Amino acid sequence: MKIQEYTVSRHNFEECMKCTVCTVYCPVLQVNPAYPGPKQAGPDGERLRLKNPYFFNYALKYCMNCKRCEVACPSGVQVADLIQAARIQYSHDAPKLRDRILASTDLMGSLARPFAPIVNGVTGLGVTRSVLDATLQIDHRRVFPKYSGRSFEAWLRRREKEQAAFDEQVAYFHGCYVNYNYPQLGKDLVKVLNALGVGVQLLDKEKCCGIAYITNGMSDQAARHAAHNVAVLRKAVEDKGLKVVTTSSTCTLTLRDEYPNLLNIDNAAVRDSVLLATRYIYERLEQGAELHFRKDFHLKVAYHTPCHLERLGWGVFSERLLRMIPGVEFTLLDSACCGIAGTYGFKKENYAASQAIGEPLFEQIRSINPEVVACDCETCKWQIEMSTDYPVRHPVSILAEALE
Amino acid sequence: MNTTDSFDVIILGGGITGAGTQRDCAMRGLRTLLIERSDIATGATGRNHGLLHSGARYAVNDAESAAECIRENLILKQIASHCIEETSGLFITLPEDDLAYQKTFVDACRQSGIDAEVIDPDLARRLEPSVNPELIGAVRVPDGSVDPFRLSAANMLDAKLHGGQVRLHTEVTGFIRTADAVTGVHTVNRQTGEKRDFHAPVIVNACGIWGHHMAGLAGVNVGMFPAKGALLIFAHRVNNLVINRCRKPSNADILVPGDTVCIIGTTSTRIPFEECDDVAVTPEEVDLLITEGAKLAPSLSSTRILRAYAGVRPLVSADDDPSGRNISRGIVCLDHEQRDGLKGFVTITGGKLMTYRLMAEMATDTVCRKLGVTRACETATTPLPGSEERSYEAVARKIWEAPSTAQKAAAARLGTNAERIRNGRRQDAALVCECEEVSVGEVNNAIERMEVSTLTDLRRRTRIGMGTCQGEFCACRAAGLLARSHGCIERERADLRDFLQERWKGNFPIGWDDTLREAEYTQWIYKHVLGL
Repeated sequence: MKIQEYTVSRHNFEECMKCTVCTVYCPVLQVNPAYPGPKQAGPDGERLRLKNPYFFNYALKYCMNCKRCEVACPSGVQVADLIQAARIQYSHDAPKLRDRILASTDLMGSLARPFAPIVNGVTGLGVTRSVLDATLQIDHRRVFPKYSGRSFEAWLRRREKEQAAFDEQVAYFHGCYVNYNYPQLGKDLVKVLNALGVGVQLLDKEKCCGIAYITNGMSDQAARHAAHNVAVLRKAVEDKGLKVVTTSSTCTLTLRDEYPNLLNIDNAAVRDSVLLATRYIYERLEQGAELHFRKDFHLKVAYHTPCHLERLGWGVFSERLLRMIPGVEFTLLDSACCGIAGTYGFKKENYAASQAIGEPLFEQIRSINPEVVACDCETCKWQIEMSTDYPVRHPVSILAEALE
Repeated sequence: MNTTDSFDVIILGGGITGAGTQRDCAMRGLRTLLIERSDIATGATGRNHGLLHSGARYAVNDAESAAECIRENLILKQIASHCIEETSGLFITLPEDDLAYQKTFVDACRQSGIDAEVIDPDLARRLEPSVNPELIGAVRVPDGSVDPFRLSAANMLDAKLHGGQVRLHTEVTGFIRTADAVTGVHTVNRQTGEKRDFHAPVIVNACGIWGHHMAGLAGVNVGMFPAKGALLIFAHRVNNLVINRCRKPSNADILVPGDTVCIIGTTSTRIPFEECDDVAVTPEEVDLLITEGAKLAPSLSSTRILRAYAGVRPLVSADDDPSGRNISRGIVCLDHEQRDGLKGFVTITGGKLMTYRLMAEMATDTVCRKLGVTRACETATTPLPGSEERSYEAVARKIWEAPSTAQKAAAARLGTNAERIRNGRRQDAALVCECEEVSVGEVNNAIERMEVSTLTDLRRRTRIGMGTCQGEFCACRAAGLLARSHGCIERERADLRDFLQERWKGNFPIGWDDTLREAEYTQWIYKHVLGL
């Protein structure tokens, strides 16, 4: 007899064996009983939604899109994708003004940057936060990231010639955070890559990767950003033959996986060329490149693997690089979600859940008492710094500091 | 339990015809008893597509059946809304089919009163994205889907609300008779072994294909021809409109979306009577169903299959044609007093799930005539319990302010009866079946009201075990609830074993890929974790 050679289903939802391991690994479910959990919200709910969109459950908005369910799934079901895709397809909730503001990282960055000192001062005030809480439901306890007066793009553009002098080149998708909030990380990356003999170029006007649009119910904007970004990535990858490095694990996951899986934007031409910086650097070193480190460097580091980096499966590269630095006393923190999930933790209704999710991680950090926590994700950084008082630095920045 | 042994009418067979007949008799004021050898809807009733025919399929060859279908189609939409889905359906013409047949088909439909509308193939592709994109013609008809288990249960429930009694898992071993009449039945309860006689001046044989045997027990002959039909259940809904082929009825040319799954079928093979109790699906049938099904919706060839099953159609040969060549799918209502001189015995058979209500009306009319009862039939206008609202959205909205997915699903399954699980305790909201979102409250409601004695009975009334996991998680939870209700753990352990075995029976013919993995996983859980 003929046997079906293979079976397929959207986001592999039919491959679910109902083993429920995703439910055990879901950070939200442990603190918020209103959330149905990844199995119910994902593959189980999908069958009912296919019967009638009426069965869509608005509690799916509690999903943080951390993707831990997908890491846990032994059957390759794209559980979080199913949930986010259902939200995109079936939710009629219009994004609130707050959600639009939080999601528009690009726009807010360009508006705030010229007035950075004022904006930083104002957002730091208790009264401002109370007002934001009352008017927009952005939780008053949340600490805002500071804006930088000069953008990273402007900084690197002034060094175009100098960077072009290197024989080897990479393009850098810096993302909103490096550009508007923390150009120093971009500068650190340039320092490390230059030390490896690699020059750094900007892409031809990148836009925000769009992840915050996706999770805030603005998939149309996200798709427009995605189409734009794939076009500029193709210029770098296809026309110039460059690899594209990133320093944000979430931007990386979005460019590589969310575009085709959630936004139906074909990125096949560039996907394999988009790499997290730590992976790129590690591979260069494997191929024989050398970095020279200071003899007097000493730092006690605890490394937190961001959820999206776990999903990429690349946490090992950041870990290895840090361990490689002489003088680094390294601890790998347990796999855990810090609870912020991008804009999720900024929302008043999620604040308590967000902090409860992160607590075991904060507790472990306190017990280890490192000098710094290392992490490849900017929002994890905000969350851990706010919740533990330990400084959080990117592995690339630590690498840059340790260089001779 | 009521201890009376005497009734106005005894109905044999708990399929949809029997349940419908009991309801009709009970609504006309008769004291009724329904006796079923196993559970409701275990025969052909529960083993078909669940297609709410518009009649279009019969229009060309059997105008009478077509006209019956469309009449009953419109009636069921009024009286059984929680058992049916008004999906509408397509009859598609593929390049290998004769497009000229479309005109014959549409003309025949219109003559039978079926609203058949020729639509552009492009519109068909938009209405039903899963349809074979190569179609060259499409006709839209008012097909839909019907849940035969729910429909049978609702009829049985209404009969009980009208004072009817139901004895399931009870087998008729013989008739009590005088020289020219049957006056009662000898029965044995298949679970307890209890033997008991019941008496009534009229006995209705509504046993489907087993009616042949039952008529034999009563000493009369009804010439029946068992025709097996095999079907496959896919694990999710590929289509939202029924898809048929616009050609002469043939194998595997109907794809019906039903609840959370879709079903392709069927085949037609004559089988001997001895095989009716245990029909198995053959590899050739599975091949045929997948191959032909993929012509209706190409994605079926790569969609996970949950189960294969087969039913036996109770086809009846016309009385003047003992050779059986002139087989009718029409309704056959035999008053054996007129036909064979045997008083008090009526056989209602042939027909279709679709026309059960009409069959019940015909049988009940015959019964009433014999008993001198003149009350008119009201089943065409009185909604079944649960169907007082037209949509489950409206039901859920009335009961809950912000219904959860499980509450919405309960409203879709129970209709207005979902009201009964409104004020559950907190633990009643816990899910027994996660695939179909069936709560503890819903299971307990079925156990209390709907004559449940085994897990398989429970499955037919609630959909537990019908989802993707096929009982992997829900079976042991439901067994716990059932054991609590009847109090015997040993009995429930055996029941659980039987239930899982029965689930495997349907998985076996299509046991590959994810369904095989899932079945293996189920085995680990029950054998190695639970030590069953």
